[in-house]
Amino acid sequence: MTAMLEVKNVSKSFGAVRANESISLEVHEGRIVGLIGPNGSGKTTLFSSIVGAHPVDEGSIRFQGREISRLRVADIARLGLIRTFQQTRIYGGMTCVENMLISASQRGSSLLDLFHIRSAARGRQAEDLLAFVGLHAKRHLRADSLSFGQQKLLEFAMALMNEPKMLMLDEPTAGINPILIDGLIDRLKQANAVFGVTLFVIEHNMRVIMSLAEHIYCLAHGELLAEGPPEEIRNDRRVIDAYLGAH
Amino acid sequence: MSVAAYRPAGYLAIVAIGIVAPFLFPAYQSQMAELWLFIVFALTWDLVGGQMGYNSFGNVVFLGVGMYACVVAQVGLFYPVSAYNAARGGGATVFTFDMTQYLEGLAIGLPVGALLATLTALALGSIVLGMRGHYFAICTLGLGIAAGEIANGWEWIGAGSGMVPPNAPDAVGDLSRFYYYFALALAVVTFLVLRWLYMTRFGLAINAIRDNEDKAEAMGLKTTQIKVTAWMISAFFLGIAGGLLGNLKRFIDPIDTAFAGPTYGVWMVLMAILGGKGTLWGPVIGAVVFQVLKEASWTYLLGWQRVVLGLVIVVIVVFFPQGIMGFVRERFPDWFGHRVEGGTIAGPARKETLR
Ligand SMILES: Nc1ncnc2c1ncn2[C@@H]1O[C@H](COP(=O)(O)OP(=O)(O)OP(=O)(O)O)[C@@H](O)[C@H]1O
Ligand SMILES: [Mg+2]
Repeated sequence: MTAMLEVKNVSKSFGAVRANESISLEVHEGRIVGLIGPNGSGKTTLFSSIVGAHPVDEGSIRFQGREISRLRVADIARLGLIRTFQQTRIYGGMTCVENMLISASQRGSSLLDLFHIRSAARGRQAEDLLAFVGLHAKRHLRADSLSFGQQKLLEFAMALMNEPKMLMLDEPTAGINPILIDGLIDRLKQANAVFGVTLFVIEHNMRVIMSLAEHIYCLAHGELLAEGPPEEIRNDRRVIDAYLGAH
Repeated sequence: MSVAAYRPAGYLAIVAIGIVAPFLFPAYQSQMAELWLFIVFALTWDLVGGQMGYNSFGNVVFLGVGMYACVVAQVGLFYPVSAYNAARGGGATVFTFDMTQYLEGLAIGLPVGALLATLTALALGSIVLGMRGHYFAICTLGLGIAAGEIANGWEWIGAGSGMVPPNAPDAVGDLSRFYYYFALALAVVTFLVLRWLYMTRFGLAINAIRDNEDKAEAMGLKTTQIKVTAWMISAFFLGIAGGLLGNLKRFIDPIDTAFAGPTYGVWMVLMAILGGKGTLWGPVIGAVVFQVLKEASWTYLLGWQRVVLGLVIVVIVVFFPQGIMGFVRERFPDWFGHRVEGGTIAGPARKETLR
């Protein structure tokens, strides 16, 4: 079986900084896969390469068998591959509901489809998802009036609204109240199990990623250091050294 | 009590006032006609500058293109344009237009102006809308100046001595009231079209581009296409406004009327900011307040009017950067639907709001 996402020998440098060096990894459909590594190890860079935010220097990226490393950002998103940002990005001047409505999937839609009054069905879907992440009471507030953690939750809900096939989350629990983290892990698992979204998650919180992911890749200094199931990664000498020796 | 309940009555009242105003205040008819066009200026500027966050100083290009295209078509349908322009100032030939010719010229000229302005937006937008922030603003400023220079040097359309729109046939007399109602109609239609537009997903899409363009793209919105389309819609209405303004002013100067960056070009921005960027009513209110201020300072402060107007601009930008509507929205957020909990939401999210 071929993987849903196939990254092969991808390299990316910023001037003298080799952020990614010949990285290869796979994410299979229906799975939850983790990506860990010390600060600056190239995790976000890899996500950005995959979604087309910057061109890769070399290597191939395939999504559902199709080469996407030369496609534009919007076109990749329209294939059903959506990412969230480490530095949360939402539409601050719009209400939460509006943030949700404009996040609905663009797959197969043309410019003309934008000239429709927003539908009630979409409105309900938006409300349901806002309730799902616990923001229902705030749905008519401007998104920039939400706290950082709430904005993170809103961004997650927006991503689900897009009904992606694969969702790449860049540190979804960073800045979230520790008491709420278990709830968020639950939501992520539900998104995977109930909505059928394949998840690829960058995470610094070891407890989170160990309980979430079925398979974990670990980067260090832009290179793939180790991969395997959570128990293996947790006890991997190289991974422990990379984290302890990082700073 | 919802504001929405009074809305249809409010709209009708405004249009009714617009219809009877020239009879009540005939002395101010030309200023009021200009006001309706100013409302179109501010509304169309705000579509791109306010709702989409792309501050353009070059929208006068579309005004000027619409103006010249309309008048050139009005003339060119019946006479050679260069002969018409050359004859001004007492040439041998007198160019007259009978009633059918005059109306036919207008009926074709205005749409031609709108079309050319729209195509200009398509061509220019595909190039400059790739730029962001200040780069875009400065680039559009350059476009406005360049367009003025081109018109200023182009003999066929009268070059620096400008162009005079066809004279109405003697039988009909003064057409200024006719143009007043034309301007009123254009303002109403522009308002209603934009009001509808802001209720569609397109409206949300341009707001999303304003708030975070990278995010919008990452969510699958084809931002370049959307931005160019928004600018084209803006240019379409400005193009018609240009045709009307040229005929209303009865003389087109390439730099002072058509591609008038320092006046119309700046005023468009100012009116939208004064009333409140990114709101539906802000540009309308801004245009009204601005026109009153402008006319009052012209009347009572002769010689100092530009100084006073300049000071007013500074005060507005420094103390009311949010504009009148922005100020109101800060004070009464729930009028705009920004509230915690509260009523149920059904259908279009903005239906119960003021925007
Ligand atoms: N746009 C850029 N321009 C220049 N250098 C960059 C750019 N983006 C990332 N880098 C560099 O690439 C390296 C990897 O950065 P990246 O953001 O991918 O790390 P990360 O693993 O996501 O780290 P963190 O856990 O802190 O988020 C860093 O040295 C960073 O400084
Ligand atoms: Mg990162």
